[in-house]
This record gives sequence, structure tokens and C-alpha cells, in this order.
Amino acid sequence: MKLKMHVNGREVTGEAEGRTLLSAFLRDGLGLTGTHIGCDTSQCGACTVHVNGRQVKSCTMFAIEADGAEVTTIEGMENADGSLSVLQQAFQDHHGLQCGFCTPGMVMAAAALLREIPQPTEAQIRAHLDGNICRCTGYHNIVKAILAASGQPVAMAAE
Amino acid sequence: MYNFDFVRPATVDEALAALADEDAQPLSGGQTLIPTMKQRLNAPSALVSLLGIEALKGVKTSDGTIEIGAATTHADVAAQATGYPALAALAGGIGDPAVRNRGTIGGSLANNDPAACYPAAVLASGATVVTSGREIAADDFFDGMFTTALEQGEIITAVKFPVPQAAAYMKFEQPASRFALCGVFVAKYAEGVRVAVTGASEDGVFRWSEAEAALSATFSASALEGLSLSAEGMMTDLHGTAEYRAHLVKVLTGRAVASAS
Ligand SMILES: Cc1cc2nc3c(=O)[nH]c(=O)nc-3n(C[C@H](O)[C@H](O)[C@H](O)COP(=O)(O)OP(=O)(O)OC[C@H]3O[C@@H](n4cnc5c(N)ncnc54)[C@H](O)[C@@H]3O)c2cc1C
Ligand code: FES
Ligand code: FES
Repeated sequence: MKLKMHVNGREVTGEAEGRTLLSAFLRDGLGLTGTHIGCDTSQCGACTVHVNGRQVKSCTMFAIEADGAEVTTIEGMENADGSLSVLQQAFQDHHGLQCGFCTPGMVMAAAALLREIPQPTEAQIRAHLDGNICRCTGYHNIVKAILAASGQPVAMAAE
Repeated sequence: MYNFDFVRPATVDEALAALADEDAQPLSGGQTLIPTMKQRLNAPSALVSLLGIEALKGVKTSDGTIEIGAATTHADVAAQATGYPALAALAGGIGDPAVRNRGTIGGSLANNDPAACYPAAVLASGATVVTSGREIAADDFFDGMFTTALEQGEIITAVKFPVPQAAAYMKFEQPASRFALCGVFVAKYAEGVRVAVTGASEDGVFRWSEAEAALSATFSASALEGLSLSAEGMMTDLHGTAEYRAHLVKVLTGRAVASAS
């Protein structure tokens, strides 16, 4: 099947079988390997992208279901000049990553949260990250990074 | 995953025509179906996507009833079912934000997972499941684990909830899957109180009639004091024994009554 979508603001066309997952289309079809596949069973959130502004797990959606949609991946998060966005920079500044495998998903989930709630509480951040698993950081520094990116102090209750 | 044809109807009639082939299957949010297809537990010849059918989406409120289209996502129910706060809160507590942006009420009910949240709300509310051919009362819809009254080729189009005077859903979350290790929905109507339990029984969602009688007489957690639920027929798995679940049902029912609004 032929399909057409906007990925990170660019129109792309491609071929996909019915069973082609959006994650596979982005990675293998478009070479956008920033979207990671951790579990492939909708548990870990490493594959999180935005479809029409909403965060989804791209391993649990068919590419054809994104036909005609606006898709944003981690590659679309940088500033126009190629520098890191405020949110990405905050992950770096607050050591919100170690191995970095979960990070694309964490950034995409956090960006969706900040669009909905520009200044979330720590509890709201933790609840929003329910579907994103990190086996390295213990989450505290991820929460700090998101607090910082939203312009709030990074003092946290649960440390 | 085995391959299949992908069909994108724009109307319910087109969907039903495509589903006349008995190897075809409806696809809603895919949050349950895609994982089972990956495991090759399910291999339809065609998937008929319901998400492009506008008539199956949205939340409508009219005197005392909330009607939710089958293809309405959990996130949209959480945001839009403001006339039935306990239902909106239940939808907002399903899985995680990404699951809520795709998963739908129709898919959840058709699947009837024994640990799913929506079946408890539908049964406790005495809701009506509207399908492509008929209206099914909640008491007749759920038919044991992963089984419903739906026939081959029949799809859910909407669910109609009578809005209660007070209600609450208490979910004891299984932290890894985020499904209900046990969940209790209590709803108080002029005609009496209904209590539905999910996550506990080997037969899927059920009504706890002793608690309903006690709470209909006195709507207070203390009305449950003398009651106990038998562990017979409750699920035992690595997360909890049958006895533990039977105990949790009572604890959660009390909490639901105490927080009902
Ligand atoms: C990580 C994770 C956590 C979750 N946590 C929870 C939770 O806490 N509580 C909970 O209740 N659920 C939970 N779920 C399940 C989730 O709510 C699913 O969205 C839901 O069970 C299925 O809905 P769907 O729209 O995705 O259906 P699909 O996966 O598309 O379909 C499920 C089944 O229903 C059939 N079907 C779909 N729509 C219709 C229709 N309108 N008429 C007839 N048949 C239809 C399909 O053919 C399929 O057999 C979780 C899922 C995941 C992946
Ligand atoms: S790879 Fe999609 S949720 Fe883990
Ligand atoms: S940084 Fe390694 S999994 Fe999160």
C-alpha cells in the first residue's frame, strides 16, 4: 500500500504492507533510527512518537494508520539551527540519561506533557511517565530535567 | 506477524460489509489486538479499522444519560465525560498516556479482559451496549473471561450510561501491567446501588449482590462490615492469591463508597 505523511514537517511517501508497524516504517523505511524499539510489546515507551500531536507507542500502531498524519519523532525535536531544544538540553544538564536507550521516548513523552501542562508538578510528571521505562537512571534525574525544562526549580520531594 | 489486508471504511455499513468475511476482524485502537497478532495468537485475513468512522466517535450528554461512541479513545473519555466524573476518572487511569491516546471503549468491552477497567463501569452503571444490530443490557453482555454476547460480524457502536447520583471506581493497580489487580466500581441510583468487580474472578467482571443489598439499605462503608466474599472462583496468579483478591474486593468497595461523588 502507498502512504503519505508529514514526518518532522517534511512530506514523505512510501510503501508499506498492512502489518508494517509505524516504528518499522520510521526506522527502516525512512532511516529515522532515533525512535528506539525496546520491548516491541507496548510496555517500555522507547518507541514513543507524536501522531497529530498526541503521544503514541509507534510499535503498537500500523504505519498505514498514520497515512495523512503529522508525525513527530525525536529527530524533529531539535531547534531549527540544529542545536538541542530546551527540553533536550535539560536532559543533558541534569543527567537525565545514562545509556540513552529510553531517552527518545522520554523526551517525546515529556514534550507531550509540557504541551498539555506547561508547569507540571513532580507527581504529574511521574504519573505521565507511567508508560516509559528506564533501567539506568532511577528516574529522579529525568524528573529534574522536565521540571527544569518547564522553568521550575528542581527541588524534589521523593529523593 | 502474518500479513493481512487493511480496510479503511468511512461508515458503519461499509465496515459491516467488510466484516461479512468471517476471517476479517475489526481493529479499533489496536492496543490489545496488535500485541496478540505479534504473538501470532490471532491471524485475521483482513483488519477493518473503525477509527476512520466519525459516527463512532465522541461523547454526547442528554438528560441523565452519557453516550460514548465505540471508537472514542480513553483520553477523550477522560477529557469529555465530565457529566460522569467517576467514568472520566476511570478512563484517565487506564494504562499510560500513549495507551489512552489509542485505546478505545469499544475495543476494551469487546475484548472483556478479566482485569480491564471499563467492564466494571458498564456493569455497575447498568449501561446499554449498542451494537450494529441491537441494544444489549450490561447484565447480558459479559459472558466470562474474554467472552461477550457479540456475534461474528457484529460491532459495538456506542455505550449508553445512565448517570448515577454518586459513583467511584477504586483500582488496585498491578504496577507492571497497570491493569487492575482488582478494581471495584460502585454506582448509586435512585433504584439502588450496583457494585461491579473486575480483576478478581475467573469468570471476569461480576456483580457483588450482597454488597449491593447492604449499600442500597445504607450507603456507607460501615454497611459492609458483616460481609465477606468467598475466595472460591477467584483468580490466583503470581500477583496475588484468590484469598487476597477476595479480601481486596471488600476493602476497595469500602473505599469506593467512602469516596463516591
Ligand atoms: C501497556 C498497556 C496497559 C493497559 N492498561 C490497561 C488498564 O489499566 N485497564 C484496562 O482496562 N485496559 C488496559 N489496557 C488495554 C487497553 O485499554 C486497550 O486499549 C483495550 O483493551 C482494547 O481497546 P482497543 O481500542 O485498543 O482495541 P483493539 O486492540 O483494536 O481490539 C481489541 C479486540 O476488540 C475487537 N474490537 C475492537 N473494537 C470493536 C468494536 N467496536 N466492536 C466489536 N469488536 C471490536 C477487536 O477485533 C479485538 O478483538 C492496557 C493496554 C496496554 C498495552
Ligand atoms: S518498543 Fe514500543 S513500547 Fe517498547
Ligand atoms: S538511560 Fe538507559 S534506559 Fe534510560
